[in-house]
Amino acid sequence: MSDTSFRNIPFTVFRYNPQTDATPHVETYTVKVQSGMTVLDGLHQIKSDHDASLSWRYSCRMGVCGSCGMLINGRAMLACNTQILDVSTIAIAVAPLPNFPVIRDLVPDLESMFVRHKEIKPWIIRKDESESDRLDREYSQSPEQLEAYLQFSYCIKCGCCMAACPTMATDAEYLGPQPLAQAYRYEADSRDQGFEERKPILDKDSGLFSCHYGSECSVVCPKGVDPAKAIQLMKRQMVLDLIGLRRKKCSGLHHG
Amino acid sequence: MAEKKELDRRLGIKGWALGGRWGFERYLYTLHRITGLGLVTYFLLHILVTSTRAFGGRAIWDPLMGTLGSGFFKAGEFLVFAGFAIHGLNGIRLILIELGIATGKAIEPEYPYPTSVGNQRPLAITVSILAAVLIVLGAYNIFIAH
Repeated sequence: MSDTSFRNIPFTVFRYNPQTDATPHVETYTVKVQSGMTVLDGLHQIKSDHDASLSWRYSCRMGVCGSCGMLINGRAMLACNTQILDVSTIAIAVAPLPNFPVIRDLVPDLESMFVRHKEIKPWIIRKDESESDRLDREYSQSPEQLEAYLQFSYCIKCGCCMAACPTMATDAEYLGPQPLAQAYRYEADSRDQGFEERKPILDKDSGLFSCHYGSECSVVCPKGVDPAKAIQLMKRQMVLDLIGLRRKKCSGLHHG
Repeated sequence: MAEKKELDRRLGIKGWALGGRWGFERYLYTLHRITGLGLVTYFLLHILVTSTRAFGGRAIWDPLMGTLGSGFFKAGEFLVFAGFAIHGLNGIRLILIELGIATGKAIEPEYPYPTSVGNQRPLAITVSILAAVLIVLGAYNIFIAH
């Protein structure tokens, strides 16, 4: 039988309105919490019962869209994917994702991540660009080839990894775990031939080798993408390339 | 269009100085950076001190060595050794990780998602124990044996 009793839990929420506030402050609201309630449910309750001006970003409510990433009791998580009582039965503190500018209250500006993500060319690059004009053949891929990158393709761009990364905290130019992991997602894809194009982007200062395995990106990732692993595997490819041992990919085109 | 007014929330040095709810590897990350900075500082001081022999001769060198042999500088010597032990051994761990040896391959993620952090955890613990043993031996050598 499920526990239907309510308990009052204080929610300490980061508040910042750029139109009225010079500095941010926190406000505490009491939330009636029932077993199974998520932090997102708690925020909805605050908005309907206490303060309608509270702002945050959300959409799907099921850990798919990646909109509601926020700092919950000191750890970057998705509010929709996190049950209040799993975090604490005493108190909850909610703040926007750090290492991103704040637009208002719990809404971070993720643009810097999207720009860097685009920078690493997150699409399948083919040496022969005219292939896309001749859609007469398939790119064949074995289950093993699919498994080599599938884990890293589950990224929902929530920004939790970027918020948890200690290198992001001090290096404003660092590409960050999300774009770097996506660089490996394409490197590991048997259809991709973009290693040489991405190499100078990854090999620059504040690029791939600025990761020193704080590993928090992998711990906080709500989709099991394991960016820290992807980054290390990408480093391995760069080292193998440097010493001339990187395996070249075949075209992947199925002739039939 | 009105200029966007946003609040900067980059954590800065706090991002790796404050532990918070982070894991063991995050503390190793911080220790690695602090010991690295310490070793670079020591290296520069070392060059400065040893160059006094070349430029100042024995008249400066001998009293300087007498001062550097005192208790305060012995503690400094111990800190340098401890930094060397942590940075060197953790550096070996990082090389093994960066070559993809200690992280494992891609897997199909199934909840609760296992991560590469768990794969390399035995290595992180082994390296930490070895560093602790080296530090104890170093303390014995610096403070008791000599």
